[in-house]
Amino acid sequence: MIFLQPRTSVPLYVTLLVPVISVLATLIAGGLIFAVLGYAPLPALYEFFIAPLSRPDQFGNLLVKACPLIIIGTGLVFCYRANIWNIGAEGQLIAGAVGAGGLALSFPDTTSVFLLPGMAVCAILSGALWAAIPALCKVWFRTNEILVSLMLTYVAALLIDWIVRGPWRDPMSFGFPLTPYYPDAGLISALHLPFIGRLGQLHWGVPVALLIAVAGYFFLSRMLGGFQVKLMGDAPRAGTFAGFSPNRVTIGVLLASGGLAGLAGMIEVSANIGQLQPNISFGYGFTAIIVAFLARLNPLAVIVAGLVVALAELGGDTAQISMAIPKVVTGIFKGILLFFLLAGETLTRFQPVWVDQTGKFSKKGQKTI
Amino acid sequence: MLTMSLMKDIKLGGSIRLMPKPSSPAKEHLLVARHVTKSFGTFVANDDVNFTLGAGELHALLGENGAGKSTFVKMIYGLLQPDSGGFEWQGRPVHISNPQQARAMGIGMVFQHFSLFDSLTVAENIELALPETMNREQLRTLIRTRSDDYGIPLDPDSMVADLSVGQQQRVEIVRCLLQDPSLLIMDEPTSVLTPQETDQLFDVLRRLASSGCAVLFISHKLDEIKKLTSRATILRGGRNVAEVETAEKTTHQMAELMVGETVDAVKSGTGPVNGEVLFSVTALSREAHGPFDVPLEAISFAARSGEILGIAGIAGNGQDELMSALSGEWRGQQKGVIWVGQTDVSQLGPQHRRHHKICFIPEERNGHAAVPQMRLSENALLTGFQDDGMVKAGMVKQQAILSRAELISVTFDVRRPLADPHAAALSGGNLQKFVVGREIIKQPRVLIVAQPTWGVDVGAATFIRQTMIELAAAGSAVVVISQDLEEIFAISNRIAVLSAGRLSEPQPAAQMTSQAVGLLMGGVHLSDDIDSLRAEGG
Repeated sequence: MIFLQPRTSVPLYVTLLVPVISVLATLIAGGLIFAVLGYAPLPALYEFFIAPLSRPDQFGNLLVKACPLIIIGTGLVFCYRANIWNIGAEGQLIAGAVGAGGLALSFPDTTSVFLLPGMAVCAILSGALWAAIPALCKVWFRTNEILVSLMLTYVAALLIDWIVRGPWRDPMSFGFPLTPYYPDAGLISALHLPFIGRLGQLHWGVPVALLIAVAGYFFLSRMLGGFQVKLMGDAPRAGTFAGFSPNRVTIGVLLASGGLAGLAGMIEVSANIGQLQPNISFGYGFTAIIVAFLARLNPLAVIVAGLVVALAELGGDTAQISMAIPKVVTGIFKGILLFFLLAGETLTRFQPVWVDQTGKFSKKGQKTI
Repeated sequence: MLTMSLMKDIKLGGSIRLMPKPSSPAKEHLLVARHVTKSFGTFVANDDVNFTLGAGELHALLGENGAGKSTFVKMIYGLLQPDSGGFEWQGRPVHISNPQQARAMGIGMVFQHFSLFDSLTVAENIELALPETMNREQLRTLIRTRSDDYGIPLDPDSMVADLSVGQQQRVEIVRCLLQDPSLLIMDEPTSVLTPQETDQLFDVLRRLASSGCAVLFISHKLDEIKKLTSRATILRGGRNVAEVETAEKTTHQMAELMVGETVDAVKSGTGPVNGEVLFSVTALSREAHGPFDVPLEAISFAARSGEILGIAGIAGNGQDELMSALSGEWRGQQKGVIWVGQTDVSQLGPQHRRHHKICFIPEERNGHAAVPQMRLSENALLTGFQDDGMVKAGMVKQQAILSRAELISVTFDVRRPLADPHAAALSGGNLQKFVVGREIIKQPRVLIVAQPTWGVDVGAATFIRQTMIELAAAGSAVVVISQDLEEIFAISNRIAVLSAGRLSEPQPAAQMTSQAVGLLMGGVHLSDDIDSLRAEGG
């Protein structure tokens, strides 16, 4: 029989090495899958993981792809740390985009510098409002936030669909379900880096995302509010005993993650699309769930996890274009990666011990005491 | 390699240890265990245990929580199989592979947690456990006669739900007796009983033994073991450390064998005190919210400066509900119910009550009083976040919480593997010392504590009790809610009893006997009766 025995101490280099090994294992397993599917493994892997980074501008695109994942992932980390399972970030993202779009479309001719911050505020409020529904239902009626937040995602998707086909449709769109373009003041401009200039589609949303992740880390590890969040997740009775209100934490983390998802929706539209359309997100709200878990619910690690997952997404596009590999392979890669990362994480924390029938350890060099 | 040499050492140590001498070699051995070893993963629960039991013998298995008592008897009852070593039953080696086989051999077992269906009658419950079906009328007669024989009359037609815990235990015993066992194993049977019920149980067990049925009695309560049994096998850390004639050892000596270290006695508390009232509760009531809640009915008491008020009672009589009402984790609608000095704190949450220098220590260490996954410093923050310098502008001051945790650990002798380990890395006793120390270091005017020494080793328990006595001596009021009568009597100035959500009038400890407390535990509430009880008990 195999038992998992907690390791007493783990050297730092092991902690750092394990994700690298997990990624390598993913590459090997992925190569095998390509071989089975009839593609040459090495070129396919190249298209998936190297080609997206072969030019500097591609690195900019990677950051752009990771931007909403990092913002939403940070918010979800708060929720999941508190044992609140917000699965509806996708809906909150859409709500945020609609809220910001409403403001931008109300002032089609404005050149005010306040429009963009105003849209950010609207997006955060709309996303938070969308998340407030599962929060208040949970607090008042003890409903399950997983179901309510998930179902509200479909409501949000239908809402934006109706809006762009109905009340907000651009009369000049030839019947396409699109709103008018936002005024320029409502768009997020490209980021010009010193000495390099523009890097792909890199925009100002990316540094904002990084800042949010760092601030999230600071909040969780250093502030009393973060302590309350962790407490509610680890030991809710202890939280109540300390005098913190579980309801307030429930509402707080849901509003925070809803607000951040809303902000991500606004940034996505203002930086990349410029108008509302039926599909503004590529499932970022759902993918961010994987990101939060890959990051082991640590906001700083969300940055790295966001980039890794974004790479797989980007590589999927490249491979589809150049080698006609179906896009669903991206999903398989995400799954394999998740598997190896979680396995690596488990093996970092626990040591497998083989125990034979008589209860004696058969593994050589196993310390029993 | 290290493993192998360690394993050898252990084996060697086991084989050279002298076998305990049976008390009466002439008597035939009913059960012999030889070199029984059982591990769960990497944890060795029983390590080379040798054991003999004579027919008709009252034998105790003594040890602290986690010493391996339950594992050992589960192997006798066939619920577990030893990894190595084995048993001899009536002189023949046996392999007991399941409880059915154990019962067929004549081994019965009554578990700490009963396996009865509340909604069925006594007869129906017993019928379910019989190996073959029996005429219902015959069975009812059998239950009547058999239970009468042993002085524990049972009505076969009463619903189990309507029976007291002690009566339910009798159903379990009678169920075993119907199969004419030669050995009855009782796992911590007195932990759910009042002193009176315990005495009745002991009578039954003695009668059983005199009729030839051996009883293996598992307990960690030394007084009971001395009272009931002639021999005791003492387990410590999974190993059989001693086998003693209970008449030849004092409880103190047995305690030392059980915990493996010398045990200091608590310096006992003073008599009744007449300090000012620091904490009072007037007519606190609470409705039951769930099926397992116990409603509280008009609970009133006052705790004075300089005294320890002990609240005795068996678990499940409203202790959790009372504690959460006192701490403010649960708040009712009424005002003027809970007072700290002259301040009504009824509507305040725990953190606001703490402002009035009242501190709380809930029963459950893991996940209530402390968070195992968090570091000691964070656990210090748990109830210390309102104190000066701990949190500024929402920011937790790392240095402040680290030095607070250090101060608590040093002052209260909390032994840690690291400077600031996760709470889970501490032993139960050390974590409890930390949890108690965390509140006492704040020098509360009032301390309310539930089960302060539950599941901790004797050394830590003595230390914690001494600490509370010193806090009271310094002028604070201490309220101790405990199921441990020994503890209540050791430290309290006054004693009240919580039974079915009602609290008896607190009485000076010197005037209370364990019999009087026992009757109160059994549900006698009228304070008029107390004098007569006292007369009876004294």
